[in-house]
Amino acid sequence: MDYTYYLIQAMNGIQYGFLLFLVASGLTLVFGIMGIVNLAHGAFYMVGAYLAYWLAGATGNFFLGVAVGVPIGVVLGLVIERLGFVHLYHRDHLLQVLFTFGMILVIGELITILWGDDVHGVSVPAMLAGSVALTDTQAYPVYRLFISAACIATAGGLLALIRYTRLGMMIRASASNREMVELMGVDVNRLNMAVFGLGVGLAAFAGMIAAPVNSVHPTMGDDILIMSFVVVVVGGVGSIQGAFWGAMLIGLADTFGAVFLPEAAGVVVYALMALVLVWRPSGLFAAR
Amino acid sequence: MMSRALSPTVVLPLLFVVVAVGLALYPLVGETFYVRLMAKIIVLGILAMSLDLLVGYTGLVSLGHAAFSGAAGYITATLILKAGVTDMALLLPASLAVSALLALVIGWISVRTSGIYFIMITLALGQMTYLFFHDVSYWGGTDGISVWDKPVLAVGGWTLLELSDRMVFYYTAWACLVAVYVGLWLLMRAPFGQIVRGVRINPGRTQALGHDVHRHQLAVFVIAGTIAGLAGFLEVARSGFMSPAHLGWHESAMVLIIVILGGMGTLVGPVIGALTLVLLEDWVADLTSHWKLIIGLFVIAVVLFLPNGLVSLLTRGAGPSWLRGRRATPAEAQAEGGDDG
Repeated sequence: MDYTYYLIQAMNGIQYGFLLFLVASGLTLVFGIMGIVNLAHGAFYMVGAYLAYWLAGATGNFFLGVAVGVPIGVVLGLVIERLGFVHLYHRDHLLQVLFTFGMILVIGELITILWGDDVHGVSVPAMLAGSVALTDTQAYPVYRLFISAACIATAGGLLALIRYTRLGMMIRASASNREMVELMGVDVNRLNMAVFGLGVGLAAFAGMIAAPVNSVHPTMGDDILIMSFVVVVVGGVGSIQGAFWGAMLIGLADTFGAVFLPEAAGVVVYALMALVLVWRPSGLFAAR
Repeated sequence: MMSRALSPTVVLPLLFVVVAVGLALYPLVGETFYVRLMAKIIVLGILAMSLDLLVGYTGLVSLGHAAFSGAAGYITATLILKAGVTDMALLLPASLAVSALLALVIGWISVRTSGIYFIMITLALGQMTYLFFHDVSYWGGTDGISVWDKPVLAVGGWTLLELSDRMVFYYTAWACLVAVYVGLWLLMRAPFGQIVRGVRINPGRTQALGHDVHRHQLAVFVIAGTIAGLAGFLEVARSGFMSPAHLGWHESAMVLIIVILGGMGTLVGPVIGALTLVLLEDWVADLTSHWKLIIGLFVIAVVLFLPNGLVSLLTRGAGPSWLRGRRATPAEAQAEGGDDG
């Protein structure tokens, strides 16, 4: 147990945190802008992973698979938004919870029908297959570095989009006062679609690039959903900044929890969340 | 207001009497398989009624309610298996105490928040309870705990109830169902219940009237958790089995669906919801191995077309108007507060 070991764990924690951020930012945006509690968000992450598994196998090239898969995921998300979520705007959270839970069952079962119940693996693309030597005996896989880099680039793009573009302006305005934005003549319907598509795209992308390090299986959506909820609650619902710091905190806590308290690893994250909430009931970076 | 003949104040208790009498008579005519299914429905009905107290009456949407029944079930199963305790006079209080204590802790953290935070926090803390029983090897991991001995109630050498007998169990569970209904119905008519409804309709005004909103929410949370514990105890006595899946959030969500399907804020609705969903699941599972697809579509259809539940078909759209996508006007809110469940 030397410093290198802890360094590797810290890097794993940060990489997990970045992945959580991509998923949680979509969750928090969809709630902040559209006012929808979307339990099916984890299912889109899972759909992304299955698309990566399918397309990487079909095309023989992981990156091509991702490039084709993200648009497919987004289109799928938009179709679901038009058919389903459109009925949920301005409805009670309780109904949104149940509706999106029903969708989890449907999406999960469709995936089982298409790809079976088994655990699948996606191989790491050849050009990223190596590892970086840290000491004589310990090394860090290049692909995990690639995940962090891809997430940083995506997160940067997301922040730039929100801060500097017209769409981003509308998103920020919507987050603080939805009715006012509507009254100012913004087509809220289209804004909702854009935000939902963005959220689905981020979740599907996260699922795809995570596929080579995590196995692809029918309950993976649930696992990431609950963790993303914890991130959003800790960070403050509706806050992108909160989602980022929340994701880092939870990513590191989960990783080091598994190192120091293997039997209680799952509980550490929730205990941390409970502590944060006792201190600040609406999260660290409450939007309102 | 409702038409006189169909006032929910009269219809709902009457409906419960019909359902309870039907459940009491069913074993006289039903096949063994369906009597067993009915026993399952009764236990699930108790659990769903306790959640209705939270969701329908207090406006607290909990997505972690199965944690309480599950924790109580684990305590029951563990005491039977590892300590050899079958005395119901010991098992029942122990499991109720555990679920009450857990509800006190989770409730204390959760009622400080509201709306979406409350949903997410109860989900996360319920999942934490799930992981506790799942990860700590003492509780038997994913496989859970199977017990063969069933609880027995004996007083001074006289065996009063032997839950290993299927009929004894059936009518014990039935008696619990009736007792829980009557207890909650009385509680919601009492001043405490009126304040709790006030908390749902207008927390700010209730607070301004001098009632501590959080304390009332916490009290309801603990009562609901304890009744869920009763359901957990009965579940182990029924099936002799407890596993982490009983605590998972899918289970919590299914109970929530049962409450909505039957009609929230009615107490009898959740029992009818349990009956409908269990029979539907049984029927669909016979048709196809992909029954979850059909249940999922069914859930979506209920949300879209019957958000006030089956009971509302009888009471002509009675039920909380705030589910219909708009806020109730003060007059409606008052009318709703006057309805009795």
